Amino acid sequence: MRALALALALLVAAPALADSNLPPAYWAYRQLPDPKQEARAQALMEELRCLVCQGQSIADSDADLAGDMRDLVRRRIAAGEKPEAIRAWLIERYGDWISYRPTAEPINWPLWAAPVILLIFGGAMVAGRIRRKRS
Amino acid sequence: MSRALRLLPITLAVWILGTFAWRLIQPDDPTIRSQLVNREVPAFDLPAAAPGTVGLKSADLATGKPRLLNLFASWCVPCVAEAPVLAELHRRGVEIDGIAIRDTPGAVGAFLGRHGNPYSRIGSDPTSRAQLALGSAGVPETFVIDGKGVMRLQHVGPIYEGDIPAILEALEKAR
Amino acid sequence: MIAEAGLAALWLAAALSLLGLFLSIAHVRGTLEADKAVRALAIVQGLLCLFAFAMLLLVFARTDLSVALVAENSHSAKPLIYKVAGAWGNHEGSMLLWVTVLGLSGAALAALSHRLPSRTLIAALGAQAALALGFHAFLLFASNPFARLNPPAPEGRGLNPLLQDPGLAFHPPTLYLGYVGLSVAFSLAVGALLGGEVNRQLARAMRPWVLGAWIFLTLGITAGSYWAYYELGWGGWWFWDPVENASLMPWLAATALLHSVAVLAARNALKAWTMMLAVIAFSMSMIGTFLVRSGILTSVHAFAVDPLRGSFILGLLAVYVTAAFLLFAVRAPTLREGAPFEPVSREAAIVANNLLLTVILGVVFIGTLYPLLAEATTGEKLSVGAPYFNAVAGPLAILLGILLAVGPLLSWRREGRPVLRRLALPGLFAATALAITFFAIPQSGLLPKFGLALAAGLIPATIIPLIGRNPLRTPLATWGMAIAHLGAAVAVAGMAADSAFTTEKLTAAKPGETVEVGPWLVEFTGVTPAVGPNWTAVEAELRATRGSGVHVLKPQTRFFTNPPTETNEAAIDTLLSGQLYTVIGRSDAEGRWQLRLWWKPLVTLIWFGGVLIGLGGLLALAGHARRAWRRRMAQ
Repeated sequence: MRALALALALLVAAPALADSNLPPAYWAYRQLPDPKQEARAQALMEELRCLVCQGQSIADSDADLAGDMRDLVRRRIAAGEKPEAIRAWLIERYGDWISYRPTAEPINWPLWAAPVILLIFGGAMVAGRIRRKRS
Repeated sequence: MSRALRLLPITLAVWILGTFAWRLIQPDDPTIRSQLVNREVPAFDLPAAAPGTVGLKSADLATGKPRLLNLFASWCVPCVAEAPVLAELHRRGVEIDGIAIRDTPGAVGAFLGRHGNPYSRIGSDPTSRAQLALGSAGVPETFVIDGKGVMRLQHVGPIYEGDIPAILEALEKAR
Repeated sequence: MIAEAGLAALWLAAALSLLGLFLSIAHVRGTLEADKAVRALAIVQGLLCLFAFAMLLLVFARTDLSVALVAENSHSAKPLIYKVAGAWGNHEGSMLLWVTVLGLSGAALAALSHRLPSRTLIAALGAQAALALGFHAFLLFASNPFARLNPPAPEGRGLNPLLQDPGLAFHPPTLYLGYVGLSVAFSLAVGALLGGEVNRQLARAMRPWVLGAWIFLTLGITAGSYWAYYELGWGGWWFWDPVENASLMPWLAATALLHSVAVLAARNALKAWTMMLAVIAFSMSMIGTFLVRSGILTSVHAFAVDPLRGSFILGLLAVYVTAAFLLFAVRAPTLREGAPFEPVSREAAIVANNLLLTVILGVVFIGTLYPLLAEATTGEKLSVGAPYFNAVAGPLAILLGILLAVGPLLSWRREGRPVLRRLALPGLFAATALAITFFAIPQSGLLPKFGLALAAGLIPATIIPLIGRNPLRTPLATWGMAIAHLGAAVAVAGMAADSAFTTEKLTAAKPGETVEVGPWLVEFTGVTPAVGPNWTAVEAELRATRGSGVHVLKPQTRFFTNPPTETNEAAIDTLLSGQLYTVIGRSDAEGRWQLRLWWKPLVTLIWFGGVLIGLGGLLALAGHARRAWRRRMAQ
């Protein structure tokens, strides 16, 4: 009985467990009405890192700031901005760190080259194990 | 297997283990800093955060005199610790503008009533849009802005009494 | 008393490892005949570790608050299963589990190994003892699970509510049996390189251990993925998180090792590759343990962040990995390889398979460590996440999938091109499926499209090796291979289906409103309070229909008091065609509640496929065991 009363009290008090004084931003937990725009927004949100989490994208986080970032992304996509421009705007402010997709900057070239190099290198190593046709 | 090939695994292992050791000795600084330092403050226009205060525009920050831009909130516990330090800076003639992040007018008003109001203007940022535009990742944070509206320094976390000389020096340098 | 008994057992076990190490060195050098002694020591050491672990479980089951670990991580109000599982839900306890599995693996190796020459086995047990010694030292000096708290705490600090879940009971032990079970392969490789020969005999002795560890690792990773899926509340099942990658990398190495050992057993070839892979697999396990516990990588799954402990593990890692790699560098030239393989033969296919698996392992490794390496070299901070890993590992996995269809049909030694004609029909299925995806789901990415096409061709293709054979006369190992490969194909189908067909609906609804998601109409009837043993909750009732029949789902937002936390408990309805995944969020000022709804067709195939892979492995293990048993009976 006491537990039930506690639960009812929590029903009312739940917002107190939230971080800030305000509820989530409008577009934090709402999808854009245009499915193509929503898909573009969702794809971008999965690639942006949450600023206050331990390694999550803003698409997977319940943090207030992550919700505000989702709100920002959806507003801008709805206004017609390209996802790349929004990513660039955020990178301008927070650095490469905020993008889960490594940029095309020189610092990331070894990363993108790695699979190719590994395949060639590995291929060369195994080539010796496969008999070549004698012409 | 050629000699170079056989030594490759161990060479890589030593390099990677060395990097691990480096990271253990020099732990990661998890603070996320704004990349806009030494660039002009991005444009924003925020309404007043509490009754009796005035809203804040980015243009208000380019007054010719260096000033502080302080991001705070009534629900932010370290901001309470910071309030007396801001009051002290204000007493020494530093002009401070504030942005209340994700806050309600009533709560901000109560906060100012309890801890004092060192701010010339206070903008309200209910969805963190200005915060994101500035490259800030939490509260409290303070920016030193020079007379032309260029960000010169970002102080992450509350300003403690011991930080006052550094802040004043940054304001001097920003003239 | 119980805790002290456990601690004493650990010290004794450590002492016995030291003794075992010395005796094995003496035996290998020929100064002493210590075969029986080393074996006995390994068995006793394993049993002592098991005893110590049992003591830890007992102390948690009784919520003995005079033990610091219990006071830190448990609470008297917790259900018993979570009290016990909580024993390994923290750093020290899970490290004891680690050491216990290490000890038991050594004991099992000592007790069950009959086919290896004595020198190789004793050298391997010596290596295992050396591993045990280091990790015992870490446990006893830097992570004592039995430390006392004086005076005892009045109540425990509780356990992270995210860990109060059946997943905690299952996922870590299974994963550790896999991770740490690979130590036997490592020790056997080291033993063979040091004291014996690398040949068919070694391969046949190593295979069951690799298979066993690999099965547990597969099931452990599958369980972890499903746990994250239903626990985190957003419907994701793999995040390329550093800790997840830390469990994937040993699995990739172990899969390559499994196939390589098969070649070594059948053709007495790929000696250097097999030894290297055995060393790499357990090295990846140790690196994973380091990454997860040192705090140098940021992750939601990371354990206690402690650079001092991290340094200790790094030291152990450095010693073991460099020693093993050095040994390999020195001994590899003495490994005589056979003639080159026919280009289209089973051996060649396995070589290609190993190459692809190793490349995937390499890119996952590089991607996980790149932010750290970049920062160490240039000071810049960057992130490498799912977009990179999917872009790189995805196409490689597709290539691997194609190999999966081809390889099992080829024979050893023989030129096998004619056999590929049997793949005409699966190839047709795949091509048709690919064409259909371009028409039916043009908006989804390339990877899901190719994944679906691959699955369409691969599922029949994996069954082909069984067609035309008498089921009762087909070796169990062949059944195992076919089912494991089928499992992989099914998992790929699930992954691709999830990417291609999932529909999502995020909305704010008032009680009484109906929301559409995919083919479903979901009525939100209302919200009621709910109560559990140590939590209270807000529970929503959703009634979903799609044609006939109503499915009732009750997602909750739970509030725990010890420690104070709020979690989302998703309500998932599992049907043959997919899962309806529902989450309730917070309410706003107007009484609208956040609802998150997903319709995920065929998503359960992901984990069903994982289980099939494990089952296939089990059948293969049973087949090898039965053959070994028959052989021993015949002698």
